[in-house]
Amino acid sequence: MSRREKNLWIVAGIAIVLYALFPIAWIVSLSLKAPADISNGQFLPTSATFENYTTILTGSASGLFLPALRNSFGICLIATFISCVLAMFAAYAIARLDFPGKRLILSTALAVAIFPVISIVTPLFNLWRQIGLYDTWPGLIIPYLSLTLPISIWTMSAFFREIPWEMEQAAQVDGATTWQAFRKVIVPLAAPGVFTTAIIAFFIAWNDFAYGISLTSTEASRPVPAALGLFSGASQFEDPTGAIAAAAVVVTIPVVVLVLLFQRRIVAGLTNGAVKG
Amino acid sequence: MASIEMRNIVKQYGDGFPAVNDVSLDIADGEFMILVGPSGCGKSTLLRMIVGLEDITSGDMIIGGKRVNDLAPRDRNLSMVFQNYALYPHMTVYENIAFPLRLAKMNDDEVRRRVTEASDVLELKEHLERKPANLSGGQRQRVAMGRAIVRQAEAFLFDEPLSNLDAKLRGQMRTEISRLQRRLGITTVYVTHDQTEAMTLGDRVCVLRKGKIQQVASPRELYEQPVNLFVAGFIGSPPMNFLPATLDGDRLKTPFGAVTLDERRAAAVRGRDLLLVGIRPEYFEDASLVDEAKRPLGSMFRARVDVTEWLGDSQYAYIPYEAPDAIRDQLRELSRELDSEELRTQAIVSIDATSRMREGREAEFWLDARKVHVFDPQTGDNLTRDAEAGARLTQMATEDRVEQVQEAQAQGTTVGGGATRAGAA
Repeated sequence: MSRREKNLWIVAGIAIVLYALFPIAWIVSLSLKAPADISNGQFLPTSATFENYTTILTGSASGLFLPALRNSFGICLIATFISCVLAMFAAYAIARLDFPGKRLILSTALAVAIFPVISIVTPLFNLWRQIGLYDTWPGLIIPYLSLTLPISIWTMSAFFREIPWEMEQAAQVDGATTWQAFRKVIVPLAAPGVFTTAIIAFFIAWNDFAYGISLTSTEASRPVPAALGLFSGASQFEDPTGAIAAAAVVVTIPVVVLVLLFQRRIVAGLTNGAVKG
Repeated sequence: MASIEMRNIVKQYGDGFPAVNDVSLDIADGEFMILVGPSGCGKSTLLRMIVGLEDITSGDMIIGGKRVNDLAPRDRNLSMVFQNYALYPHMTVYENIAFPLRLAKMNDDEVRRRVTEASDVLELKEHLERKPANLSGGQRQRVAMGRAIVRQAEAFLFDEPLSNLDAKLRGQMRTEISRLQRRLGITTVYVTHDQTEAMTLGDRVCVLRKGKIQQVASPRELYEQPVNLFVAGFIGSPPMNFLPATLDGDRLKTPFGAVTLDERRAAAVRGRDLLLVGIRPEYFEDASLVDEAKRPLGSMFRARVDVTEWLGDSQYAYIPYEAPDAIRDQLRELSRELDSEELRTQAIVSIDATSRMREGREAEFWLDARKVHVFDPQTGDNLTRDAEAGARLTQMATEDRVEQVQEAQAQGTTVGGGATRAGAA
């Protein structure tokens, strides 16, 4: 690559990063503005204040925000965990075994994933009320599984397919049962895939708004995205923009932390050296 | 250690295609058996049936006197080296070798002792803490072998273990495997498509074609007394030349002049019309370099040399010849089956390296008629095979093996019951 070409790449890269980060920077700046400052038409607040953060964490909005944060964490983590475990077994079977209906499972998973959420919400709302799942954690975990499972199965079966089958056969010849081969050889090799899938699944559940707003009514199970929509200003003449921006920043932090944490686990090319090289 | 017996083994895939068809083979305790053949002949499938990675459609697989058809791979106590080594990339070399022992719930001291012994044998000591990704091809190969020898397996199975190595390393590892097998004295089944490996390593070689056994014999017998066209064409490099011939009394008329057969072989081919004569490249010679005393044993002919290849220690000449269409088609079919693409009918002739034969000129050749074989073009059968002489060759190979194993045992270099005594060597 020539010097000129390299510089072009760097410039293009910076442009893309700026473009992608600009909304986030804006939200951070909004969250630091005082209510009077919000519509001043400037990017930077005239004087930075943590007033909005106090409002959502300890102030008037904390009754709405804090339980929602707890719900979001609990529901999303449980949904992610269940979907990863289920997807791991499903993907292993899809990648390794030849059974009738294999294509059917994959295409059904895809069909479920492309189904618009909004079209299921209303029937679910009625059904959940009938059977008592409305406004409960399981009432959200179950629909979240329908969102996360298909994509988890697809990504994980792609990862499993990458693992040479000889690995497992070698383990069996070495004296391992199918379960031992799976646990001691396949799972460690698939770990990067599992973590990647877990992150994707968590994001999907974390970002959901439609289910969150429709299937909950109290802080017993309302997740953060739904709670944000219910923020109100100090008076009816005041926008809750600042508080929403602060909450959005708080909600973004766990996602960033999660990626940074697992980034180390997503070691590319872990299988290098398993086969000829 | 155990013998392996196969009785009428059949492997049929879902579409009814028999990948292995009615194979019966006895592999003696401590024997080095090679399964060889062109791609798609079922050799790997057969090996995988021995180890249990492939279901057996019908027939009996008996290892150490026990029928193992329905046993899982882990219950057969065999160790296998895969073509791509199949090392566990997330474990160190030490843990890779120790893996079978860990699965057997062996205590740490015993594991350490055995892994150390195995790594001594394979000179892997300084690499024990490294990951497979950081090793060279030859080192990975040795780790795979270490994992195989570390436990007391009934037999070793190799699935084309050297095909991923470059030519030089392949030669070294070949001798290494041979030495190791002699030293441990363990029954070994080795799959390869490389006939050099087949010839140099095997006590006996089993040649497979389309799932059927063609011939099981010592390398020498295969070379000198092949049972049919296929074996004759497969074993030997450069391959045996097949020339069309017609019978004229006791003489065979070939494109390269008449070949006189001895009494036994003449009797075997009498009364036939069109035949194929199989002549190995080294039965030819530049006529000007042949001893006066040897000349009467063969015949002379003149032919135009198309191309010569001088290799320093040897020299090959290519001589084109004409063949009837039927024969030409058949030879093409055969060469396709042997994984090569013979475009023209030509004989490859080995001549002395000092010969100054020129390309494009006519030259005089001498043909040693004593060892030629005559094949039936229809069935491919070798009409002049001397079964007794062949059996003698294989018998000699077997005696050699027994003697070698005894010698090794007397020196205490074998591993009576696995790798336990390997370190004492």
